[in-house]
Amino acid sequence: MNSDIAFVTDGLTRHFGELVAVDHLTLEVQAGEVFGFLGHNGAGKTTTVRLLNGVLDPTSGTARVLGLAPMEQGPALRRRTGVLTETPSLDERLTGRENLEIYAALYGVPRREIAARVKELMEVFQLDDRAEEKAGDYSKGMKQRLALARALIHRPELLFLDEPTSGLDPVAARLVHDMITHLSHDEDRTVFLCTHNLDEAQKLCDRVAVLEHGKLVALGTPAELASKIGRSQRLELQVARGDEETVLRLLAEAPGVSAHRENGTIVAAGAAWAAIPGLVTSLASAGVHIYRVAPQEASLEDTYFALQSEKEEMS
Amino acid sequence: MNWNAMQAIVRKDLKVVFQNKGVSIPLIVAPVVILVAFPAIVFFAGPMLGGMAATDSGSSILGMAAGLPGLAGYDGAEMMVVYLLVYMMAGLYLLLPTIVAVGFAADSFAGEKERKTLEALLYTPTTDWELLLGKLLSAWLPALGVAWGGFLLYTVMANLAAWPVMGRLFFPTTMWVILAVWVAPAVAGLGVGAMVLISSRARTYQEAYQLGGMVAVLIVGLLVLQVSGVMVFSAWLVALLGLLFWAIDAALLWFGRRGFRRSKLATQM
Repeated sequence: MNSDIAFVTDGLTRHFGELVAVDHLTLEVQAGEVFGFLGHNGAGKTTTVRLLNGVLDPTSGTARVLGLAPMEQGPALRRRTGVLTETPSLDERLTGRENLEIYAALYGVPRREIAARVKELMEVFQLDDRAEEKAGDYSKGMKQRLALARALIHRPELLFLDEPTSGLDPVAARLVHDMITHLSHDEDRTVFLCTHNLDEAQKLCDRVAVLEHGKLVALGTPAELASKIGRSQRLELQVARGDEETVLRLLAEAPGVSAHRENGTIVAAGAAWAAIPGLVTSLASAGVHIYRVAPQEASLEDTYFALQSEKEEMS
Repeated sequence: MNWNAMQAIVRKDLKVVFQNKGVSIPLIVAPVVILVAFPAIVFFAGPMLGGMAATDSGSSILGMAAGLPGLAGYDGAEMMVVYLLVYMMAGLYLLLPTIVAVGFAADSFAGEKERKTLEALLYTPTTDWELLLGKLLSAWLPALGVAWGGFLLYTVMANLAAWPVMGRLFFPTTMWVILAVWVAPAVAGLGVGAMVLISSRARTYQEAYQLGGMVAVLIVGLLVLQVSGVMVFSAWLVALLGLLFWAIDAALLWFGRRGFRRSKLATQM
């Protein structure tokens, strides 16, 4: 396998009885990229992480992760991957320091290096002054940071982060975002980020995949995904107050466009990029006084919801 | 074999269990109380044992005791003391490593599931076998500690309790040495082997612990057979019993190794 590829899956599938948790997933993630894995609860994100780490056996399909077969070479693979699980999964009766020390030993960190690494990570994640307290007494944000420190204790090449900022306050979330950027840009590690947080994915990820009921429904850079659903998903218009009803009526007549008022502005959705000049001309011809026209680039959030509604319409 | 990882699992489990006072205190205190209380009763009853030997119930006990190979040469109160401290206590002693093994082993996988710490453990680079063996050792070592520590404590207590009647050191007997060194570790292994397998399938500590009661029932059965005189422990018999328990341990380990898969555990999270 090419060393530039972090992992590749081919038709990876996992059933739980009747339920198909992961459905013929074919994916290739490059080494060093931050790859976002988006999907609602139960979409199959966590199952995919388990399959890729050899913790769960696939029903069919194959995967090669860091050049290794997860089920056959699980221990060798897991020595090189780090996983932040969806719940912190900490031993709450042990202190923060003990949690890291024990997992350092479990991951095969040389005994003479353990103390220094634990100290370093405790400092990086701003937990050093609470290192001797039981993890059960930590706040939610502290537990999440401790769990992230544990995932990094053996300096993994490939990091799986399952909802890393879920429930964190903005300051703690910022710390985690900075850490992900640092790991990817400065240390060239691959990060596989499972998240609900679309802003987070847009900000951090080089590429994203959208998973729906175990199936891959979209894959690309955030910009590529946005372009797939049309570049101008939102058009903001500011017009004279007396002209607002006319504008709403005219926009509603345009094919595929819906419009509504939002904070003193008229917002049109569904207008394709190429159709905007024609729309504006028709409004001006109807005597509308236009003060401002602002086409908005579709965000990952717009893309995600567009994909969701596309799915609903199809079903 | 990654011994460092297994050592880490043992260290982690022991720390976690000992931090839980609700689990650790009964498991440690109960054996100590039994091993101290029983000799203390014999000590305080010592002056009356001579008189008891002359009663109907006393003579029936002595009649049963007289047939025991280890009691030849003793008479009256001495025979009563040795019978109570050596033979009556033997089955009860085996129950102690069983209780500790069942208690610790019930917590192994079921406790991890309950505390939601299992997932992180499954992502470590341990093999399935190392994970299973680490969990077995986490429960077997404390049971062994209680068995051997208890044996030393009981050696002191039994000699102290019998001193007014015997006037010399008489304990441990050969049968007890075999019981402590050969049989108790095997019994602990039996409890641990059965319980870890139960625990890997159970969802909670309580569920696993209740199912594990079946292992204790086996040892209680031995205790009843011993006390009722149906099966009397001799050095040869306990050596054979030990062999039987070790054989069952080996079978449990073999089945455990074949059937234990982290992917099965992962489906239960």
